[in-house]
Amino acid sequence: MLHSDSVPTLAGPVSGLPLPATGELAADAACQHCGLPVPALCFDPSASEQFCCSGCRIVFGMLREHALEGYYTHRTADAGVPPALATGRDYAEFDDPAFVDRYTTLQQGERSAELLLEGVHCAACVWLVEKLPALLPGVTSCRLDYAQRLAYVSWAEGGTAEPLAPSRIAQTLDRLGYPPHPHCDRSRAELERRENRDLLLRLAVAAASAGNSMLFALALYSGAFADMDVRFSGYFRALSVLVALPSVLWSAQIFYRGAFAAVRARSPHMDLPLSLGILLGAVSGTLNVLRGQGEIYFDSLTMLIFALLAARYVQRGQQRRAELGAGRAHAFTPHLARRLDASGSVRVVPAESVTAGARVEVLAGDTFPVDGRIDVGESSVDRSWLTGEAQPDAVGPGSQVLAGTTNLSARVVVVTERGGAETRAARILREVERAASRRAPIARLADRVSGYFLVGVLLLSLLAFLSWLPAGVGTALDTAIALLIATCPCGLALATPLAVSSALGQAARAGLLIKGGDSLEALSQPALIVFDKTGTLTHGQLSLAVWEGDQSLKAHVKSLEECSAHPIAQALAAALAEFPTLPVSEYRQRTGYGVEGTIQGRRVSVGAVHAASGPLPAWADSAVQRLCREAKSPVLVALDGEVRAVLGLEDRVRPEAVATLRRLRQLGHRLALLSGDRHAVVDALVSRLGAAADGSALFEHYQGDLSPEDKLGWVEAEHARGLVFMVGDGVNDAGALAAASVGIAVHGGAEASLQAAHVFVTQPGIAPILELIRGARRSLGVIRGSLAFSLVYNLLAAGLALAGKISPLWAAVIMPLSSLTVVAHSYRRHMFRAPAALAGKAAP
Amino acid sequence: MSVLFIAVPVALLLAGSALAAFFWAARGGQLDDLETPPLRMLLDDDAVPRAPAAAPADEPPAP
Repeated sequence: MLHSDSVPTLAGPVSGLPLPATGELAADAACQHCGLPVPALCFDPSASEQFCCSGCRIVFGMLREHALEGYYTHRTADAGVPPALATGRDYAEFDDPAFVDRYTTLQQGERSAELLLEGVHCAACVWLVEKLPALLPGVTSCRLDYAQRLAYVSWAEGGTAEPLAPSRIAQTLDRLGYPPHPHCDRSRAELERRENRDLLLRLAVAAASAGNSMLFALALYSGAFADMDVRFSGYFRALSVLVALPSVLWSAQIFYRGAFAAVRARSPHMDLPLSLGILLGAVSGTLNVLRGQGEIYFDSLTMLIFALLAARYVQRGQQRRAELGAGRAHAFTPHLARRLDASGSVRVVPAESVTAGARVEVLAGDTFPVDGRIDVGESSVDRSWLTGEAQPDAVGPGSQVLAGTTNLSARVVVVTERGGAETRAARILREVERAASRRAPIARLADRVSGYFLVGVLLLSLLAFLSWLPAGVGTALDTAIALLIATCPCGLALATPLAVSSALGQAARAGLLIKGGDSLEALSQPALIVFDKTGTLTHGQLSLAVWEGDQSLKAHVKSLEECSAHPIAQALAAALAEFPTLPVSEYRQRTGYGVEGTIQGRRVSVGAVHAASGPLPAWADSAVQRLCREAKSPVLVALDGEVRAVLGLEDRVRPEAVATLRRLRQLGHRLALLSGDRHAVVDALVSRLGAAADGSALFEHYQGDLSPEDKLGWVEAEHARGLVFMVGDGVNDAGALAAASVGIAVHGGAEASLQAAHVFVTQPGIAPILELIRGARRSLGVIRGSLAFSLVYNLLAAGLALAGKISPLWAAVIMPLSSLTVVAHSYRRHMFRAPAALAGKAAP
Repeated sequence: MSVLFIAVPVALLLAGSALAAFFWAARGGQLDDLETPPLRMLLDDDAVPRAPAAAPADEPPAP
């Protein structure tokens, strides 16, 4: 970890060279901002500070200019500091009147906006972002909500001074390393905030009620043994009603609403017996106070309401955290497009406003904002996000490109064919929403149990009433009500939400963000697990698998490929990192063919098979044939026009994949593989993964060449037959993720898949899925244990009540005892374990 | 023991005012974000002597 006081030492061998011509890391030089090693290309021997990228340089300069170096001392040493994300963009779109109108509000001469920030990672970020008013005159306040990565910025508008342009605020936040995005779903966030406050207030009232009722109950119970004056007991009983009323009438409304909905939907729900118990208890208690005799139950009732609301509040917080963790800072398609006017000048406009026929410029590294055809320029496109195909495609004039895919190597101009809501990506997103809304909810275990329980309790009460009828209607009614209240399923209702919230919290610490408790129950059962290939079972990036021919050319290939930004070139350069870099001259890149250059006086070219000038020699030809059969991509290396080596590239299978898949089979799951990649690649992968431990085929179904719609259709058809878990990462999986019983988005997935999925895995690889399923099984075990315990308690209480032996004192002793046991049982257990091996691994 | 007829209502009044204070704080948004404030208080503010920005100005004085 680098602090401002630790100056990076300049390495002897590097500073001794006239010019760092190598692509290696400048030895010992660490980035002044993030502490990562500095690549030699960025190394500046004349400067006292070194930076790993322009983002870090911008942020450091900004901090020093404003005397904010305190950031480096506030920063915690244990959190791996990522390189700064500063982009240096001008954010001109923030000044657009339509933008200002949509994303900001004006109140009493002050304009305010909510901005989602990228790159917020520790307490020092809070400190730095909230320094905005000092950095930018005109900004009146800036508060950061750390959990939501949401900055509330307000600035003065009107008056005499020149109004502050919103783009200046965005620029400043960007220069600090936190690229801002407008917060789109503000109404939803506002609704959520209001609901959260409402629940908190109800909880507060319930807590005050419960505490004070308990005090009065204590006085009454002790008074019952010490012959309390009837004057005082009447007084305390009246106060009990008074104190309990707000809780019963207002706080518990949540349960009445749930019960009402359950009655209307004709499905038994936990809220129904709860509401019945609370209301009957409150009515009979009030009547008994008015009559001046009989039992009152307000201490138990208010405590019950408080405990249940507290459980709901905790569970809600966990779920909200999981949803936030799944990330929504990044927009799905780019918000902006660089539209070319007739004169050829660039205007940055919102992507939705680009219509068919418009010409759009797309820079290397940017995402295409529209569907269209390339007019000018040659480049390569990464479509894996949309199609699942790992290998980038070469594109030139006339090629079709789709919104959401990434332009990899060079600037191109695209003529728009479909923009906005008409793009393929937008249609897929609508499909995702449709699939998500149609998904039938999983009937919850607790609700099913409580359904039987409710019927049982009602029958028992009736039985109690009838059997005590000979002793008089009043006594019979008292006994029946006592039974209803004593068996009020407090522990039963607490067990599930508490165990679920505890499980969700533990899972989040283990890197598994589960958005809803109902997923837990589904995950504990055997199901058909459908895997995506690219990025899920494989790394999603090409790597060097085969080198056939002249081994002495490795350094040549590495030097040449280092000059290119193409993913294949970068994969090759990374695979050959241990070889020295040789000086390259007359470097040339031919999009779709490869690269060539002169090294040590000889012409070296590395490229695709179709780039070869003449027929291949026999050995190379057979090597290429074999690589194609194994679904590897062949690359030729030629020296002075003569083919000297054949390389095979492949998207490598994750090392833990086979073991994980075999374990899943042993746990009773069935497996399937769906991919957008070619059939041949899928076949090769399946044969490489081998068989299950018992010798049977690992996958009962596998298929390639599937469109996102095909995947969605297949998963929906299977879901109609039984439980389906879908594991995937790309937009091409998003529909299937939403349609499955449980959709699991793996690390590095696209935003759309994170939103569609029910579970989001933050650790790389698929091994966490095993832990997810085991943890879900353990959680269900804990829930069942709690349910069993509270059922035993309730049977005991019911027995006592039937015998007419129950007194409020008994209820007051047994009830908190049962609740406490359930709470302890839920929180003590370890349901999810964090993968220990990942603990020491620093983020790149 | 008849002091209880005075003391208990007074105690309840105190409890009520505490509850009212909680309502005021929650409605003002002070309990919306429970994660940032514990981070914020750890950081000393010595680099810039400027006064901290005003809190949200349009707060209702009481519920």
